[in-house]
Amino acid sequence: MTDQASKGLSRRLMLGGSLAALAAAAAACSPKAPKAGANVAPAAATGDIEKDTLKFGFIKLTDMAPLAVAQELGYFEDEGLYVTLEPQANWKVLLDRVISGELDGAHMLAGQPIAATIGFGTKAEIVTPFSMDLNGNGVTVANKVWAEMKKHIPAGPDGKPIHPISASALKPVVEAYRARGEAFNMGMVFPVSTHNYELRYWLAAGGLNPGFYSPDDVAGQTMAQVLLSVTPPPQMPATLEAGTILGYCVGEPWNQQAVFKGIGVPVITDDEIWKNNPEKVFGMTKAFAEANPSTVTAVTKALIRAGMWLDADNGANRPKAVEMLAKSEYVGADPAVIANSMTGFFEYEKGDKRAAPDFNIFFRNFATYPYYSDAVWYLTQMRRWGQIAEPKDDDWFAATAKQVYRPDLYLAAAKALVDAGQAQKADFPWDSDGYREPTAQFIDKVSYDGRQPNAYLQSLKIGLKAGETVSGGKIVKT
Amino acid sequence: MTLAIDTKSARPFRLAPALKATADALERLGFGLFSPFFNLAAGEDPAGEMKKLTERLAIPAGALVVALLLWGAAAPNIKTSLGAVPGPAAVGEQALGLWKDHVAEREKAKAFHERQAARNAAILERDPGATVKVRQYTGKPTYIDQIVTSLKTVFAGFVLATLIAVPVGVLCGLSRTVNAALNPVIQILKPVSPLAWLPIVTMVVSAVYVSDDPTVPKSFVTSAITVTLCSLWPALINTTVGVCSIDPDLVNVTRVLRLSPWAKVRQLVIPSAMPFIFTGLRLSLGVGWMVLIAAEMLAQNPGLGKFVWDEFQNGSSASLARILVAVFTIGLIGFLLDRVMLALQTAVSPQAGR
Repeated sequence: MTDQASKGLSRRLMLGGSLAALAAAAAACSPKAPKAGANVAPAAATGDIEKDTLKFGFIKLTDMAPLAVAQELGYFEDEGLYVTLEPQANWKVLLDRVISGELDGAHMLAGQPIAATIGFGTKAEIVTPFSMDLNGNGVTVANKVWAEMKKHIPAGPDGKPIHPISASALKPVVEAYRARGEAFNMGMVFPVSTHNYELRYWLAAGGLNPGFYSPDDVAGQTMAQVLLSVTPPPQMPATLEAGTILGYCVGEPWNQQAVFKGIGVPVITDDEIWKNNPEKVFGMTKAFAEANPSTVTAVTKALIRAGMWLDADNGANRPKAVEMLAKSEYVGADPAVIANSMTGFFEYEKGDKRAAPDFNIFFRNFATYPYYSDAVWYLTQMRRWGQIAEPKDDDWFAATAKQVYRPDLYLAAAKALVDAGQAQKADFPWDSDGYREPTAQFIDKVSYDGRQPNAYLQSLKIGLKAGETVSGGKIVKT
Repeated sequence: MTLAIDTKSARPFRLAPALKATADALERLGFGLFSPFFNLAAGEDPAGEMKKLTERLAIPAGALVVALLLWGAAAPNIKTSLGAVPGPAAVGEQALGLWKDHVAEREKAKAFHERQAARNAAILERDPGATVKVRQYTGKPTYIDQIVTSLKTVFAGFVLATLIAVPVGVLCGLSRTVNAALNPVIQILKPVSPLAWLPIVTMVVSAVYVSDDPTVPKSFVTSAITVTLCSLWPALINTTVGVCSIDPDLVNVTRVLRLSPWAKVRQLVIPSAMPFIFTGLRLSLGVGWMVLIAAEMLAQNPGLGKFVWDEFQNGSSASLARILVAVFTIGLIGFLLDRVMLALQTAVSPQAGR
């Protein structure tokens, strides 16, 4: 044991030393970018697993796949963990049960740990050591809305609508509804969901105002041209059919369900809104993470292996994953409905099936690394729409992201896997300071640099800027 | 001298009295469906018993068959967004599927325990002094497990409700002051739906029931308390009515005998009010069973309510049929629970009617 420990120690020192050298070199080479932080170092390895019988919660969406895979292929058992996976009624119940300790961890929306930590909704300190996937959502509209939208979408040489479809095609439809005195309602899954922010981003990029939040308006409908409200994912097709909402943004299988049942048409996937956007994370309370460090490492190891399996060999394992997810204790939808998005296709209009190889990314592109820049993007969107009512400086964004996202815990697990020969060193970004490179791969081509959140907010047309807040139903300068 | 044996009217059947007694017992316990068989076997009044059989078995069975045929014919014509409403065949198929899932899951559990035993044996072989862990299988709860959980929860809630309702009901019945004091509270709390109680109960349980590794999960406690809150009213009100309607002459007797209050309650009040109390308990159990299904959906107690909600969330083409299986299971169990209460009631107070 001590042999291994000392080997581990010297390996860690070497790694740490080389990382430090790299960091110094990197810092010296980029004078223009704001000071790049020190590289994230893996957390220290600890001993035995503290708690081996665990209960995790999830919502019935296809991106809970890493949990199902880790369970079915015995990855949890390999780590000495005895895990029960329990589907939850909705996102609120899931979050409450993690906070109360009934669940040891859960499949969470990327915004949930962040919102809980800053106190928007129930306040609790939640951390995440693992990002579950990139992309995976779509925006679907009702058939009658699509019929109107289509008139404003240019068709390609094959007669099919050109993708990505901008919300500017939706704008005339919304204006027609409002001129008739009818509200244009759309659904999303939770106030701090990735779906909410992606839908708002898409609408704003097309020139539509999705509404602002304020301390007086927790529904986020101040000054809105499109009224957004919360609907649990399984009820979305039914509410779309009933006409209560005219569109929604949700994960799979609910977009493809709408196509299969002929009640709606998906118009855009979130990969087209922001390429390789962070989607779900695995969250747990900070108290749990601090009390059970080895357990957290073991859980993260199992989940990383699950992610690797899901993306292995260009998606060769995806059909098996579809079979797993179709079981009633996981996602439970018909295999045909799940198959599209999981195997790299997406059906828009009925019959218009297009290749979407990046619809769900579970490991490629460093998908499982919890980047601070991902947390910062969500914080910027929370500020953009007024969920964070007061302006905040760049340091606040960085410090908050560091509280919630824990790449140190992720790297500890990654290191253990590499040491055990279960993963390749090249699969993990050891030299990262926790921020992705600036990217402009958004539908409106606006560039996002996680290290400069306020500058980013200034560059977005619709949304609160520095020094602004919502008061009395409109935007005022503080 | 020969004994003239009348072979027509007398049936020299040794078991006849026992069979007749069984038939009577079944009648009293509410299983009147089966008593004609025993009576016929005992040779009692064949014509009358055949009539009873027709009434209690043939007609309901015939109606059931007609209902099934109508359902099977009408169902495929009603299309919902989850597919056409399933007919009896689809529901039967799913019921069988659920049973098969249960068996398969038990197999997986067995395999898990074997793996664990093998692992532990290997560890002990290498190091006889090592400590080995023995853990329970952590797979999903099967349909049968969920039924058992629901039953346990409803009983917990029902027992708690009885422990509160009967004493309070007796007090209200005996004392007009207490009745006047509690009546407004009872009338206002009685109509509250379980779904309205649930958030409050969840928050209170979360705050008060704090334990690192509880043997009784919070979801169980929340569901049981919600059942209690909604189902104690029929028992309470019926107990009060029962106590109030005790023959005043009997009450005078207790005064003459100068019985202590506790003796009065034990020897007069409870026995006299028993039929009312039991009616109240039967109603309570019925209400509790209904409330439980609703409570489980949100409290996430792993029982039948959660099964229905999860199937709805699945939205697969088999979901509606599985939900209908759950509906019939819930109805059947509710019916059986009612029969059990009736049997208990008959056992405790034989002279009571239905």
